[in-house]
Amino acid sequence: MSAMLLKKEKWPEFVEKLAGKNIWAPQAEGDAMRFAPVAEGEAPALDYNNTRVPPKGALFPQTETMFKFQPEGAQVDEPQLEQETVVLGLRPCDARAMAIVEKLFKWDIDDPYYTRRRELTTLVGLACNEPGMNCFCPSVGGGPASTEGLDLLMADLGENYLLEAVTKKGEALLTETKDLLDEAGVDAVKEKEKLVGEAEQKIKRTVDTEGVPEGLPGLWEDPLWQKVSASCLGCGTCTYLCPTCHCFDIQDETEGLAARRCRMWDSCMFDEYTMHTSGHNPRPTRRERTRNRISHKYSYYVDKFDVIACVGCGRCTNLCPVNIDIIETIRQVKEAL
Amino acid sequence: MITHANPYIPYPATIEETWYETGGERCIKTFKVVFDDKDVLEEWSHLPGQCAMIGVLGVGESMISISCSPTEGKFLRFSVMRMGKVTQALHQLEAGDKMMVRGPYGNNFPIDEWQGKKILTIGGGIGQAPLRPIVEYVKANQDKYEGLTMIYGARTSNDLCFKGEFEEMSKCDDLSCHLTIDVEEEDWAHNVGFVPQMLLDLDPSPENTIAITCGPPIMIRFVLENLKKLGFEDDQIYTTLENRMKCGIGKCGRCNAGGMYVCKDGPVFNYAVLKEIPEAFA
Repeated sequence: MSAMLLKKEKWPEFVEKLAGKNIWAPQAEGDAMRFAPVAEGEAPALDYNNTRVPPKGALFPQTETMFKFQPEGAQVDEPQLEQETVVLGLRPCDARAMAIVEKLFKWDIDDPYYTRRRELTTLVGLACNEPGMNCFCPSVGGGPASTEGLDLLMADLGENYLLEAVTKKGEALLTETKDLLDEAGVDAVKEKEKLVGEAEQKIKRTVDTEGVPEGLPGLWEDPLWQKVSASCLGCGTCTYLCPTCHCFDIQDETEGLAARRCRMWDSCMFDEYTMHTSGHNPRPTRRERTRNRISHKYSYYVDKFDVIACVGCGRCTNLCPVNIDIIETIRQVKEAL
Repeated sequence: MITHANPYIPYPATIEETWYETGGERCIKTFKVVFDDKDVLEEWSHLPGQCAMIGVLGVGESMISISCSPTEGKFLRFSVMRMGKVTQALHQLEAGDKMMVRGPYGNNFPIDEWQGKKILTIGGGIGQAPLRPIVEYVKANQDKYEGLTMIYGARTSNDLCFKGEFEEMSKCDDLSCHLTIDVEEEDWAHNVGFVPQMLLDLDPSPENTIAITCGPPIMIRFVLENLKKLGFEDDQIYTTLENRMKCGIGKCGRCNAGGMYVCKDGPVFNYAVLKEIPEAFA
């Protein structure tokens, strides 16, 4: 893995070098930050904690055309995805989430949209120097400078960014921008490691997941589900803002002669999500839906793909309107085991 | 599954024949369809128990059991109850019209592993649709099985599907067909009573037998109970689950029962596995 240095003053030039690609970076949207395509000639500064909405939309758009068709017809027209994309400055937890979700999208039958977008996308991460107050990534297998899912990792060293390639795609990006980079010395790498160590120390919240994946199915009828879901409004925020939530709905839209089948983010916290046409609903209340959400992340996913489908980003806790805290939920699960 | 690069792309199939199995508001209509594209037609293969996503562009698609056996020929049959938006649109289609089909999805009944055994199917209402391919498969391979007993019931005689096929069945030595309806009707020559009770009355031996049941959840529950009473072991019993589905390939998330995706890990489940899934009968 080659390590390079980029002076911060050269950041706009670095972004400019990537012209022609679709560039995503965190940008201000109201009082929050959000990943969005960067306008030509702009180079948003990477001084942010994390975005409210995760960057999962770069690979899994909130609404995505699956194919177009003529109303009343029987021929479909598949989109050709060819635009190369670079996501700049995503946090290691969000990149890890993409690697976790990819396991499902590639499980047995490839999801062509996700797979193709991932092929076309270079993920450039930014290590966390200042974790958020509800971050707990080390408890679920991540860390402030985790490289899982990333093609390239950047670290903010004050005057410079340290750039370390993780994959061939990351190497290619370093080659593409080599005029702007300097070889990083041992000191720079040591400095980064020091900052990572400090960041880890700043993460105060933890969850103990030992025994949770195996134990959750046994807590099916436990009163804890009533307790942890009692204040839930069923708004779905926890799932929309979750970087590992990947559930989607499929709908046909027709307007005049333009018609498409599209998929859009959906949420297991909504009652219609599982409702049968007959009106029967296997998950009729928020108790069952909460139980499914937690069991899916902390048990079913582990069973199938050997990894917890939670990266400890803290968004569901930060943004739940009634302060439901996933760390507290897992603590109660643990207690009930 | 068709080895197209994109598993979400449906293929046009022309409806050759349609007929109504039952009447009423929630009537069941059967469609016999053939893929338009010769390559798709050639490449397609399914086994009893599998499903397909069928639908109408602009309306949507629904996961429906393939109600024919591959032994019947190069066509597909779907028996669809008129329930929601998509099935209402499908019901408007007639012979010569096209529907869109993708699949087949899900696992299948391990029908070849059952060779040398007696087969017992226990169905209720539209639940006979996934069982019918087993009946047809065994009919076409009678020398490989030790006979088939079919128990099938519905609320009234009008609610029974595939009515025209039972008489022929009763002419075969190795096949026996037992029909039942919930309440007495004039000119009804068969049993009156619920399916689980008829199972007990027939008292089939569990020896070297595989039992497969499909129907309304309440019926399944009592059939399972009664199969146990008759001495069937868990692993001799199979059933199918259904849940709301969108993708059909284990991605969209919603059809899970516990850690199992019904579209991919199912719809066929052995009872020994199923009884460990807490959400299976939710």
